[in-house]
Amino acid sequence: MDINKNDFIIKIKDMHKWYGEFHVLNNINLNVSRGERIVICGPSGSGKSTLIRCINRLEEHQRGSINVDGIELTDNLKNIEKVRTEVSMVFQHFNLFPHLTILENLTLGPIWVRKMSKKNAEEIAMEYLAKVQIAEQAKKFPGQLSGGQQQRVAIARSLCMQPRIMLFDEPTSALDPEMVKEVLDVIISLAEEGMTMLVVTHEMGFAKSVAHRVIFMDGGMIIEENNPEDFFSNPQNERTKLFLSQILY
Amino acid sequence: MKNDENLSSDDKAFSTAVETAPLNDHNVNTQEVLKPPITETGVIGWLKSNLFNSPLNTLVTFFILFCFYKIIPPFVKWAFIDSVWFGPASGCQAGEGACWAYIPSNIRFVVFGLYPAQEQWRALIAMFIMVGTVVYSRKRERWNTSLIYVWGFGTLLVAILLKGGLLGLAPVESSKWGGLVLTLLLSVVGMTAAYPFGIVLALARRSNMPAIRTMAVVYIEMIRGVPLISLLFMSAVMFPLFLPEGVTINKIFRAQTAIILFTAAYIAEVVRGGLQAMPKGQYEAAESMGLNYWQMMRLVILPQALKIVIPPTVGVLISAFKDTSLVAIIALYDLLRTCQSTLSDPKWMGFSNEAYIFIAGIYFIFCYAMASYSRRLEDELSAGQSH
Repeated sequence: MDINKNDFIIKIKDMHKWYGEFHVLNNINLNVSRGERIVICGPSGSGKSTLIRCINRLEEHQRGSINVDGIELTDNLKNIEKVRTEVSMVFQHFNLFPHLTILENLTLGPIWVRKMSKKNAEEIAMEYLAKVQIAEQAKKFPGQLSGGQQQRVAIARSLCMQPRIMLFDEPTSALDPEMVKEVLDVIISLAEEGMTMLVVTHEMGFAKSVAHRVIFMDGGMIIEENNPEDFFSNPQNERTKLFLSQILY
Repeated sequence: MKNDENLSSDDKAFSTAVETAPLNDHNVNTQEVLKPPITETGVIGWLKSNLFNSPLNTLVTFFILFCFYKIIPPFVKWAFIDSVWFGPASGCQAGEGACWAYIPSNIRFVVFGLYPAQEQWRALIAMFIMVGTVVYSRKRERWNTSLIYVWGFGTLLVAILLKGGLLGLAPVESSKWGGLVLTLLLSVVGMTAAYPFGIVLALARRSNMPAIRTMAVVYIEMIRGVPLISLLFMSAVMFPLFLPEGVTINKIFRAQTAIILFTAAYIAEVVRGGLQAMPKGQYEAAESMGLNYWQMMRLVILPQALKIVIPPTVGVLISAFKDTSLVAIIALYDLLRTCQSTLSDPKWMGFSNEAYIFIAGIYFIFCYAMASYSRRLEDELSAGQSH
């Protein structure tokens, strides 16, 4: 799928963030085009999760600017809530609401944030549950599902908000190995539909087949970015080479 | 994946994991199914392994049996065999056993206190409304906005019935309210007002805004730092000194306020415990969905946090119920106080055992109902939610 390289949906400029004295994000500049798929990798503690969490303001940045679909992220609560309805996030530990059924997990956002009618929200929810191949479980509670199933529900929950951008924060790292594929398959099918996504992951096979661009971070900085072919076959930076040699075996 | 159910048909597209199944079949065919060993056999076996499994345990068992022998038969004899159930106090003087005749002769005063005799039906209906509203609220499917109207209407009815002066009901001074009626009024109103107030305090204590947080901390720690009795004294003695001359605020209302303020501080700390036990991911998932603070609290965080703290919450509410008896100290005639005053009647002076057993029974029924309701609620709320 072609993407318009000039139609930026996310614009991050000279962005910095500190945790106390620790400089967790250092001068981040990143533009994401509409429909672009970006995989972010790097050693743990490199700031990659923090970076995508800044995009829906689960973390605040302290310098520079982040602009999401025309909305500048500031302390303005109304703007933050607006951005969050456009940007969905899938977490490493799923974070489903254990006291609600699968269906209720999916309809909560549409009903309360999008002000949809219950009936309407349930129809859409069932559609997305079918899409992630889990419609039979609608009446169950999250605790009754396997990890892979829970993560697919979490993806369906994000989709129900009908977001323009999806953020994935290590979506497969908490899963048992035999469940990684079922979750990646769902994410790949989303990719085929042209969703804008930023995925923090260590699944390099996935990155090769899905990403338009791979970003390597270390020490809070973007060290290298390239298309997947060149990134994996011909890394430029020494740190990237070292990282790749350690995870590709 | 723990069990077969999880590998249900929806996983067809992702079924690589299922292909290991033949290995399991093989095991089942060649090996007999092993059952856990049987460890205990019958009553004798149970006795042996639990009561007589060591010399010390045997000794303790015999000692306890001896105590039972010493206590139970005399009590049964006193309470049931030699006891007098009906008739005037004079019928009891000769008997050796319990004088349960105390109860029918004094129950009206114990329950209604000084409430005028010909108006006591009103207080009775008021009590039924209070208990009825609580009982009606027990079902979760009724927890919606209409329940607020039920409570509002119930409170209004109770107030009209007790106070009178409306709809042709003769007015009754609040100084005449007493007995079980007063105990129920103080505790039902106290608990229902203290619970939401406590939740708000708990949220305030965890607020990001320093001013609100500090206020909540100061309030909670101040209230928890003093005994309820001193709050009641303050409400009865000190508070009126600050009012302008001629203005009086009803004493029951003041005691009621003290009970609410006191109970809310304890509820707040219990609820705070529940809020702290919530994983950060729940807040983040709710926020990243675009829910605002109140939606997040109401729909995601509080339903889970309050459920975790049901046992300590009920603990606080049960002690609040029993602590209403402390209002006796500021000369309000609650259940305990009306009971005591019947004992100052020379006819019944010697029968305090019976009287106290009677009101202990009343307190027990209410407290036990609360405790068993909370257990049922916990079971209902966790049904289906875990493996």
